[in-house]
Amino acid sequence: MNPVINSSELVAKLRTFLPSEAVLHETEDLRPYECDGLSAYRQAPMIVALPQTEDEVAEIIRICHAAKTPVVARGAGTGLSGGALPHAEGVLLSLAKLKRILEMDPAARTARVQPGVRNLAISEAAAPYGLYYAPDPSSQIACSIGGNVAENSGGVHCLKYGLTVHNILKLRVVTIDAEILEIGGESLDSPGYDLLALMTGSEGMLGIVTEVTVKLTPRPEKAQVVMAAFDDIRKAGDAVANVIGAGIIPAGMEMMDKITTRAVEEYVHAGYNLDAAAILLCESDGAAEEVAEEIQRIDEIMNMSGATETRTSRDEAERLRFWAGRKAAFPAAGRISPDYYCMDGTIPRKSLASVLSGIEALSAEYGLRCMNVFHAGDGNLHPLILYDANRPGELKMTEEFGAKILQMCIQAGGTITGEHGVGIEKINEMCSQFKTGELEIFHAVKAAFDPDGLLNPGKAVPTLRRCAEHGAMHVHQGKEKFAELPRF
Amino acid sequence: MQYIIDQLADSIRAAAGHKVPLCIRSGGSKDFYGNRIVGQADVLDPTAYAGIVDYEPTELVVTARAGTHLADLEAELNKHGQMLAFEPPHFGAAATLGGSVAVGLSGPRRASAGAARDFVLGVRMLDGRGDDLRFGGQVMKNVAGYDVSRLMTGSMGTLGLLLEVSLKVLPLPAMEITLRMPMKESDAIHRMNLWAGKPLSISATCFYDDELTLRLSGAEPAVRAAHAKLGGEEIDDGADFWKSVREQTHPFFQSGKTLWRLSIKSTALPLPLPGKQLIEWGGALRWWASDAGMDAEALHIMAKAASGHATLFRGQEVDATVFHPLAPGMMRIHRRLKEKFDPMGILNPGRMYPQS
Repeated sequence: MNPVINSSELVAKLRTFLPSEAVLHETEDLRPYECDGLSAYRQAPMIVALPQTEDEVAEIIRICHAAKTPVVARGAGTGLSGGALPHAEGVLLSLAKLKRILEMDPAARTARVQPGVRNLAISEAAAPYGLYYAPDPSSQIACSIGGNVAENSGGVHCLKYGLTVHNILKLRVVTIDAEILEIGGESLDSPGYDLLALMTGSEGMLGIVTEVTVKLTPRPEKAQVVMAAFDDIRKAGDAVANVIGAGIIPAGMEMMDKITTRAVEEYVHAGYNLDAAAILLCESDGAAEEVAEEIQRIDEIMNMSGATETRTSRDEAERLRFWAGRKAAFPAAGRISPDYYCMDGTIPRKSLASVLSGIEALSAEYGLRCMNVFHAGDGNLHPLILYDANRPGELKMTEEFGAKILQMCIQAGGTITGEHGVGIEKINEMCSQFKTGELEIFHAVKAAFDPDGLLNPGKAVPTLRRCAEHGAMHVHQGKEKFAELPRF
Repeated sequence: MQYIIDQLADSIRAAAGHKVPLCIRSGGSKDFYGNRIVGQADVLDPTAYAGIVDYEPTELVVTARAGTHLADLEAELNKHGQMLAFEPPHFGAAATLGGSVAVGLSGPRRASAGAARDFVLGVRMLDGRGDDLRFGGQVMKNVAGYDVSRLMTGSMGTLGLLLEVSLKVLPLPAMEITLRMPMKESDAIHRMNLWAGKPLSISATCFYDDELTLRLSGAEPAVRAAHAKLGGEEIDDGADFWKSVREQTHPFFQSGKTLWRLSIKSTALPLPLPGKQLIEWGGALRWWASDAGMDAEALHIMAKAASGHATLFRGQEVDATVFHPLAPGMMRIHRRLKEKFDPMGILNPGRMYPQS
């Protein structure tokens, strides 16, 4: 779609109601916005707009809609799939300035916040009432709740406490017609279709979220974690199944392989067993009596499943230290390699051993190291491929390696993305996971909200034509899966 | 089993070709719920497509065909010490999984464990063109594509025919006890909210006739500790009581010609309605059984003022509006979605809203 307006006209229109510093268009001002957390993909937008109110958001959308100009929403820019990658001929709509906590309602256990509020800031504001916001993505210090809604973010506690979709009640959304919709409500359900679920994880393709009402959870009285070491990744996988089989839903259940353990131990000194093939962290939370009993059962199950060593956190400081390593997996990867590429497949847990050995084989084939961290409770696998972007061809090899991992996840009955989103990164893999008729439904959903396709065009759902080309290439050229298809 | 899908798809294509509305119906246990279908509809019955496709207790996921009887599915889960944590109401022995997901209703555990939509992980379905489609999957975390599985949940068969559903399941609690204490309505609403803000293992609440009934679920030490904090008399027939609330066999639900369901903010003050109410979900669900009859619009206004919505759950007359009216912008999106999923408008037309 060709814009019917040029950049300077649009800047002028936006500056009729936005201060000039809230409308950026000079090259050097645009640079900080040219990528999100997936820095391998970069594109400067035509304009960056930084509204401060919902009315301003609606007015920007009204103008862009009339001018047929694409709009890409951005929160904190921590996303890992290029969902907030700008459009060269579009407006990048930053919601970072909408960062007020509008209302805390401790009696009803809800908080009403603007989209730019940081995930952790909600829990901090709720703490005086003994409450917190449960989903805790690793980036929770920085990531914003609007972005969490767009990606349906999870975290290490989501097996027990759910994803974003389970922890939000209501959204205010500006549609592409600049109309404001209230989706969901303060009750536990809403009349009509579940548009709240449809909006959650929709990657900025359906509307712009301007307000989120989240559910707050009572803070558990106590939390304790068991750290178990295994000499075989299969045994660790069995231990996870045995814990669940015993009727325990741990608050968190995370696995790291040997290369990850070594990388993070050097960084955080958590006291991990460096000879272990896999480390499992299994947390229990709740009433003190309950935790004491559950931790004992977990420890027994780990030992029964062949753990070579188990340790239980003795106090809060030790619990946090055990977790610190897991949470530091990404920065640790950054310390031992110039670049790393984080994958996000989900698999049925029973396929873990076979997928991991497949990854090991690919790692040897490509000559690229790969660290594996695993949300073991819910099957979400994050292989971190270590590479050096300065070596010619290594990024391309890394992407190929990653694409093959995702194919394995699909074949195992899983999915190409558990929590990072499709964005621009996994758009080709969508063609493998979904059939034409299913992609048509996705396009139909998009069209029901955004008939002109102006919101975040080119992301999340591939065009059928792109899939046809991608599929043809896959067949005819074998390995050249990522040949020079136009990306934008 | 594929031949059953082929037959169902043929029926949908034929109906689309002739623009004949279809009424999706298995056991008919939820016939009473929703608006009447517009036009003279043929019945599309998927009951034959039944059985569990895949169940791995240690994965916490079950996939079953839509025609599977809910009771059979729950019995199988129970054998492995697991359950559907949203406690779906059956409303009769004929209830199937497909129908239960299509209405999207949840039982007493909803406020603590989540709703039907929270446990749906994936669906296989036929759309209004008879195309066999899959969305979501058998894994807990999946953000590939829009969340069509949850959109299907509670869409009353207006967007497609469910064929298979994958659900997250949870372990049965090690222990459950039911407590009862006398209390006034406003106190009960206050306390249910207060307690919900603390880690007390409360898995269900019901206020009726100046008595608050609570269910505690979890590990024995946690349940005992919570009982000590909350007080109240432990009652013997707790399981029967919660079943009577879930299945609406409790005498309250028979006490009027119409039954209204008001789903509102949990902290909303007692609703000024004549006669009796039964309150669930920590104050967020208020049932009102009435003989007097009340103007639907007045109830819509009352529910909206309490940040919620009202549904004429039972006892509707022809042409009554069962579901709370939607804002125009929301209705527009509903109609567009309906047009896309079911271009000829043949699947349960009007069961939810006119033209959707």
